[in-house]
Formats: sequence, C-alpha cells, structure tokens
Amino acid sequence: MNSREDILGRVRAQLGRDAANADVGRVAIAETLAAKAQGPRPAVPSEKSALAGRFVEKSLVQSSTVDRVTSLAEAPAAVVRYLEGHKLPLRAAVWPTLATLDWQGAGIEAPARGAEDADLVGVTGCFCAVAETGTLMLCSSPDTPATNSLLPETHIALVPVSRIVPGMEEAWALARNELGRLPRAVNFVSGPSRTGDIEQTIVLGAHGPYRVHLILIEEG
Amino acid sequence: MESRSRRFKENAATSLANPVLQGNLRMAKGKFVDKRAIAIKELGDQHDFEATREAAKAVRNHVLENLDLWLEKFEENATARGATVLWAKDGAEICRHVVDIGKRHGVKKATKSKSMLSEEAGLNHALAAAGIQPVETDLGEYILQINDNEPPSHIIAPVVHKSLDEVADLFHKTHGKPRKTEIPALTREAREVLREHFLTADMGISGGNFLVAETGSVALVTNEGNGRMVTTLPRVHVVVTGIEKVIPTLEDLSLLMRLLPRSATGQSISNYFSVLTGTKGAGDLDGPEHLYFILVDNGRADLVGSEFQDMLRCIRCGACMNHCPVYQTIGGHAYGWVYPGPMGSVLTPLYTGLENAIDLPHAATLCNQCGVVCPVKIPLPELLRKLREKQVDRKLRPWLERIALKAWAWVAACPTLYGWSTWFGVRYLKWLAGGKNSIPVLGAAPEWTQGRDFPAPEGRTFRELYAERRGRK
Repeated sequence: MNSREDILGRVRAQLGRDAANADVGRVAIAETLAAKAQGPRPAVPSEKSALAGRFVEKSLVQSSTVDRVTSLAEAPAAVVRYLEGHKLPLRAAVWPTLATLDWQGAGIEAPARGAEDADLVGVTGCFCAVAETGTLMLCSSPDTPATNSLLPETHIALVPVSRIVPGMEEAWALARNELGRLPRAVNFVSGPSRTGDIEQTIVLGAHGPYRVHLILIEEG
Repeated sequence: MESRSRRFKENAATSLANPVLQGNLRMAKGKFVDKRAIAIKELGDQHDFEATREAAKAVRNHVLENLDLWLEKFEENATARGATVLWAKDGAEICRHVVDIGKRHGVKKATKSKSMLSEEAGLNHALAAAGIQPVETDLGEYILQINDNEPPSHIIAPVVHKSLDEVADLFHKTHGKPRKTEIPALTREAREVLREHFLTADMGISGGNFLVAETGSVALVTNEGNGRMVTTLPRVHVVVTGIEKVIPTLEDLSLLMRLLPRSATGQSISNYFSVLTGTKGAGDLDGPEHLYFILVDNGRADLVGSEFQDMLRCIRCGACMNHCPVYQTIGGHAYGWVYPGPMGSVLTPLYTGLENAIDLPHAATLCNQCGVVCPVKIPLPELLRKLREKQVDRKLRPWLERIALKAWAWVAACPTLYGWSTWFGVRYLKWLAGGKNSIPVLGAAPEWTQGRDFPAPEGRTFRELYAERRGRK
C-alpha cells in the first residue's frame, strides 16, 4: 500500500468514515467553500478618506514611510525626491506595468523589468492595500514580478488611494473578481524586512528591503 | 531528530546549572508576553478577541472532523495548478522524497526556510549525505546550523537561548571577518553570506503555516523575507508540512492571520505573508518551475478522532512556551526533541512514544497559562493530565509511585482509615517542622523538597476542626 492510501486510510478509520457519511461530508465541504464565512473583524473605517488615514497610520507603525501625490504622473518626481533625500542612486528596477510613466523626464534611470541582485532600488505598484494592518498586496505576473519588492535594499510602492480596502477579506474578494484565480504568488508586505532572532532585538533589513516607501496616489 | 526526552530530568538540571543560559533566559523572559498583550489591545476595545479564538477553534475543528475529505480537496486543487502532492508516513520518508526530488532535478544546493517538520525528519543530515548542500536561511536557524547543527530551543525564536556575545564569536569564527558586536552589523553580515546562497540554490525547501484547500495554496509567514527568497528564486520548491495544516478558505486564512502573528511575536501582521499557488506561469520572470508538497503523517493521523485530537488544532505560534513558567526556567533544549514547552510536552510523547518522554507530561505546573493564551483554545493542561493517566494505565510510572498511589486509593476509599492516617500524618509533619512553618527536607520524598520547602500543617485535620465546629453549634 502506498503512503497516501495508508495515511488517508488511517484518518478515515479514525473518523469512522463510510460511503454515507462521506457524502454528507462532501456536501458540508462544498457548503463551506461556497459560504466563505468570515470571522470576527476589528473595526476599520469604511469611508474612503478615513480608510487612507488608517492605512497610513498602520504603515508608519510597520516602519514604512509615506508620501502623497495627486496623480500617477507625479509619481516619478516623488520617487526622485525620496531617493535624493536618502542619498540613493537615481536608478531603479520598475515594474513593467509602470514603464509608461515619464521616468526619464524626472531624471531617473528606470529599466522596466524584474529586479536583480545588483539593483539597489525597486519600484512596484500594488494589487491593492489593506488598511487594517498597513499592508500591501502584491500579485506576481510577467508585468508585476515578485523580485522588485524583495531583492533591492529600497522598495518604493505606488499605492492608488482607490485601491485601499478595509481588510484582507476585501482583498481576496477583489482578487476573485478581477483575477479569477490566484496568481502564482500573492505577497502581503508590511514594511521593511526584519528579524528579532538575536536577543529579541528588532533589526530592519534582514534578507529583504531595509526601507519601504509608500507613495499614495490620490486620483486612481 | 533523535529524542533526548528520556533524560529530561538530567537535561533540566544541566540547564538550571548553566549560568550563561540562565542569564539569557532571564533576559528573554516576558518579552514575547508583553508584546502579545499589546498586540491584542491594538485590535481595539470593540474587538472581541475571545470570539476570534472561538471562531479559529471552530474552523480547525471542522477541518479535523473531515480531514480525509479536506486533504483530498487540497490535493485536487493543488494538482490542478501544476503542483505534485506526495505523502510521507514518517521522517525517513520525508528525507527519501526530498532527496529523490533533488536528484531528479540535478540539485546541488538547497536553501531552507524554517520548517520544524524537517527537524522531525533530520532532513539536513539526509540531504548532506546525498550530496546536496542544505543552507538554513532563517537567521536563527542559520546561527544554529553553523554552530555544528545545534537543535533549536524555540519553535519561532530558535536561538532565544543565545546571547549576542555568543553569536558574535560564532560569526567571527565561521565567516573569518572582524568580530562585530552590534546586532545590525551581525545581521548585515549574515545577509551578505546568505544572499549568495539564495542566488545560487537550485531548490528551496519551506514549511507551510497553512494549506488552503479552496485554492491549493500554501501560506507562509516570515519577517526576514527568507521565506520569499526560497520560494521565488530557485527552480524547485518543496513544501514539507503536516497533514493537519489544511484550512478551507482564504477567509479562514484571514481569520487565523489575526491570531498567529499576535500570539507568536506580538505583531498585528508578520512582515511577509505569502500565499503561493502552483508553478511559474508562461512569461513569469520568477517562481519555481516545479512545486512539490510533501504531506506528512509522522504520528498525526492516529490522533484524528482520538482523545488528543484537540492538539492537532495547533498553529505553532509558541505562545504556550512563552508563557510557561517551566519553559522560562529551563529553556527549550531540556525537553529533548523538536517541540518544547507545553505543546511539546503533549506532542513529544504522542509522536515519539509515551515511554520515551516519561517526564514531559509532568514538566508542567498545570497553571493553565498555556491554555489561556492558546489562540485555538487547546486545553493543554487537560491533555497533559490525560497523558499522565495513560502512563499510569500502561504501568510506565516507577513502581514505588504506583504502589503509593494504590495505597492512597485504598486508604481514601475507607473513611475510618483515612481519618486515622490524616490524624497521624499532620501530627508527624508538625513534629518534623519542629515549631517552624515549613519543612526543608521531606523524609519520605526528599526529591520534592530539593528546590522548595514543604509547608508545615497547623497540627489538626480538616475533619477534626469540622467536628469541633459542629459540636459547638
């Protein structure tokens, strides 16, 4: 007998599984999957402006920094402002979805591709953002590679205010609606990477970015 | 991993006598406890944390009651997205699977994100023996690996028993660079060493915090980003996880994620929380070409439907050990196997044999701190008590203890004899105390008074006092 049958066989025996209660169980499973029942939720404001406020408040708690611009076209200048402020090179690997922005005009070299080890700065958009915890939801695809938010020491994310949702539950609903099925990787990112392994002292910049800078775009 | 749990008493005595360890434990004590309390408060006054725990318990119970069907559902959906689902009865089979996968894909180096199951299996040893270099990438696990494969002492903070000084010495010795004394500098040094490994590994091995049946995905929770590295860069990704980790939907995942980081590190959410589904798609620039799930039994299947089923709800947050007065005093290594603290004292005898961890169910004061903080409401003290009962049933306790308990049962069942013996007992103990209110060495059980005094009785029994009071009325 192979291990699959052995393990499942013992689980079935322990549960007293037979054909009749298996049918009942399968119905229960189908119902659970269809119902998508939610657990208790903490209070998060629902109106758009308060939602953005909550997102910013929690992002700061996660050690992200935040800037605001009115339109997407202003984003490259905001990126340059941040990089100059931190004395970082004006060069960033940006998501291919952001290739159409006028990076050159803002004075920054911005190859549109996945980030590599040598890239010091990565720029991404986001699928949406979660106000409850100050979290970005990034979905991988050929045009939105996962590496830009992971390999560089600085990660800058453009966050349209219209894409801020109250909780993770709304983020999943959005993914089901717009993507149909989950992409290979959904990465929720809440601030710079960190570790507390040595003496429970939190240090920013473990394996991923040391800095996460969020640029909120008021007009989506 | 070979169990040293049989020698719990010696292990604990060694830990207590180690001044460096005691200093480190004192420093760590309470840090996670305080952070958890703050993180729960952060949910807001209106939020009912108890209701959240209750809901999580219900979700986990629902899965366990239909575990076979949920596993089939997960397998179906994971396979539909291009993953290969394998099954392993024990640690040896985990190792066989991973080594086979490595050989099939010509793997020379495997980067690992934290997986307690790979500790159960002793996977690193098997990989090395097969010519595949295993590299632990969680900072804590990496520190242990370069310290001659020392075992972890905590399930989420593996080097909680080590001081900065010890880590600094170890890095200096291993990396051959000038000795650093600041934690950020040490972290940077490890980052640089491990980045090379991330970029050159052919295979990534991770655990799985949850398996989502609805989508056939694995959910991974990390702060360092190493979990993302090992599942994004290598050609092959192998998930090694227990069969009990299945949950139904993404909504259930959201619910459990309100509990796991808060209970573990006191964070409202971990830095990185990844939900990974299937293999690299057409045009994708990153992600593995091959994805394997190894679903592991290693003792879990037999707990389903048993009186210990509650234990399978465990989401491995570590809150029970963080709050345990015994764990806080002796540290994790004394427990002798992969899982320390209250959850380990339940799991170790169940997974490695009751007779191989005879003292662990007794390594608790049954104060229920663990039960109170458990995010999925596992009645840990009750399970420990059940294990003690099982030891007695199977005659595993020392013969003197068994005879003493039998004698006690006989005396307690006979009211007159009970009256006489307690009458004599309290007078004997009062005499032993010699006018003081405590007894430093108890004649019949000297071990009991090794670390504490026995409080001396007043001199008369409850029954005497009760009879006198009734007489007065």
